[in-house]
Amino acid sequence: MQLDTSARPSIAGQNASELGGSIKAGSGKSFDRKNRLLFYNRFFKLACIASAVFVCLILFGILFLMFRTGVLTFRDVSPMTFFFSTDWTPEDDRYGAFVFIFGTFALTLLTLLISVPLSVVIAVFLAEVAPTWLRNLLRPVLDLLVGIPSVVYGFLGLTILIPLLRDITGTNMGDGILAAAIVLTIMVLPTISRVSDDAISAVPRKYRDASYALGATRFQTIFKVTIPAARSGILYGVILGMARAIGETMAVVMVIGNTPQLADALFKPTSVLTSNIVMQIANVPFDSTWNNALYMMGFLLLVISLLMIVLVRLLQRKGAHS
Amino acid sequence: MKNATGAARSPFSSGRGINSFNNRLFTAFVWSASAAMVLFILALLYLILQKGLPSLTWDFVLGLPSEIEEGGGIGPALFNSFYMLLISLLIAVPLGMAAGIYLAEFAPDNKLIGFVRICVEGLASVPSIIFGLFGIALFVEIFQIGLTILGGAVSLAFLNLPVMTRVTEESIRAVPGELKQASFALGATHLQTIRRVLVPSAINGLVTGICLIAGRAFGESAVIILTAGVTTSGEMWDFNLLSPGETLAVHLWYVQSEAIVPDAVSISDKSAAVLVFVILLFNVLFRIPLWIKERRSR
Repeated sequence: MQLDTSARPSIAGQNASELGGSIKAGSGKSFDRKNRLLFYNRFFKLACIASAVFVCLILFGILFLMFRTGVLTFRDVSPMTFFFSTDWTPEDDRYGAFVFIFGTFALTLLTLLISVPLSVVIAVFLAEVAPTWLRNLLRPVLDLLVGIPSVVYGFLGLTILIPLLRDITGTNMGDGILAAAIVLTIMVLPTISRVSDDAISAVPRKYRDASYALGATRFQTIFKVTIPAARSGILYGVILGMARAIGETMAVVMVIGNTPQLADALFKPTSVLTSNIVMQIANVPFDSTWNNALYMMGFLLLVISLLMIVLVRLLQRKGAHS
Repeated sequence: MKNATGAARSPFSSGRGINSFNNRLFTAFVWSASAAMVLFILALLYLILQKGLPSLTWDFVLGLPSEIEEGGGIGPALFNSFYMLLISLLIAVPLGMAAGIYLAEFAPDNKLIGFVRICVEGLASVPSIIFGLFGIALFVEIFQIGLTILGGAVSLAFLNLPVMTRVTEESIRAVPGELKQASFALGATHLQTIRRVLVPSAINGLVTGICLIAGRAFGESAVIILTAGVTTSGEMWDFNLLSPGETLAVHLWYVQSEAIVPDAVSISDKSAAVLVFVILLFNVLFRIPLWIKERRSR
């Protein structure tokens, strides 16, 4: 609440006579209380508006900068090559990003395949099956797990999961899309299950009572009544988890192997958009095509994540209608 | 529902039909799957703490890192973590709260504000690496200051700003309308109402939000690698905003994947333990007073 001193006399001067200068500021300047409060209020509102505008400006700044730098790629590389060629050898000026785009989608899909069933089971457990004391214990623990840094999960994947995968499969390659998907599953599991848990808990009690009154067992009630009723909330959690899986960088970098080849096997070092950006951006000059291509990949990520938000909005609107 | 009467001959013979069996099987499955998952994740965390914490010494926590020899510490990286966390919070919390208060209290309900809300939500979902790229373009290319603590902290603040805005808006909206009307009825101005009534009533949600973004800022690494670099200035207590600012999370990654020190494994074990320990400490320190307050007010 910094008060601009230069503004004092002008405002005070206009209205000093109105209230008779009833309460004067200690400094001796005539600046009565009513005007001061009004000034604070106006100033505060302006500061709040400025902050809100600032938040929007950041988004547009990011969109603008990413697009401006990214689009320069197409001066040297045709969009067809960039999006559909699998040949990424920037040293020889060949910039095909298909490997990374495909890798990102394959990794996200695999992560969701593993994590969604598990998360829904945990959510059902929390919302319907667990006794109250366990529920009250587990919910904060899951919230806590959301806050564990991604680099720690990556470290765990690198030191525990990959040796384990090597032992189980007998190959000498542990890194790849499966290892990354397992690490991501552990990361998105708390998010999806907590959101689904909230959605399932929010299903009105009368639905369940009606189902039980018809003679249904708990199993039937959960599968035929509760989960369908909580469908849009669960989908919201899945999209949140998906957004996190697509944008996750450090955990993936540490276990995926960072080699630009197509992820057509579970145990094959590959690369995704995020991991490729973070591994290469530090070593390239800013004005090069290589750098621009990396920014274009970032712009793709940005567009994907914004599209998901639009999807969430549509879902919420649909949920509100029905 | 059809086979309910078919399988169990009498509708009243509960406990014998296929449905009852399914039900019990399902309950057992849900119990065991949830227990297995939760125990698995907790075991991982325990493993990190148990591997790192017992061998922790003050020399390691406060010591200088070394590039080649054994026995390097994490002092400057840990210091940078806290320093950047502080700067980013100083930027993100006031701005985020102001924007959140605007959306909750002042904003008219029209299309433009709806669009602003979508912007905030969209920004909150932007992957962290994009903020890193933005930070490079902004600080390295446009302002030409290189990889610095300042650039890293500001990028972190941008990352956390939308989260803080949303948390503030939601907490302020959740305050019962009677409190606000009572304050107005006493003749308070809007600002006085916000300061004396709305924010104190919403403090629970606000503190949880700050705790969330503090943990995120402390553990974030992709943004820091891109905007603050993977080196430190090599000195402890370096408050210079323009020196390179590797944080503990980045150090963990760097030691594990790029460094050539012989004791990289032990350094990364211990760094991971410190990282997890600090995050847990944040949560406990911030949230326990709130839990106690909640219990008392019940």
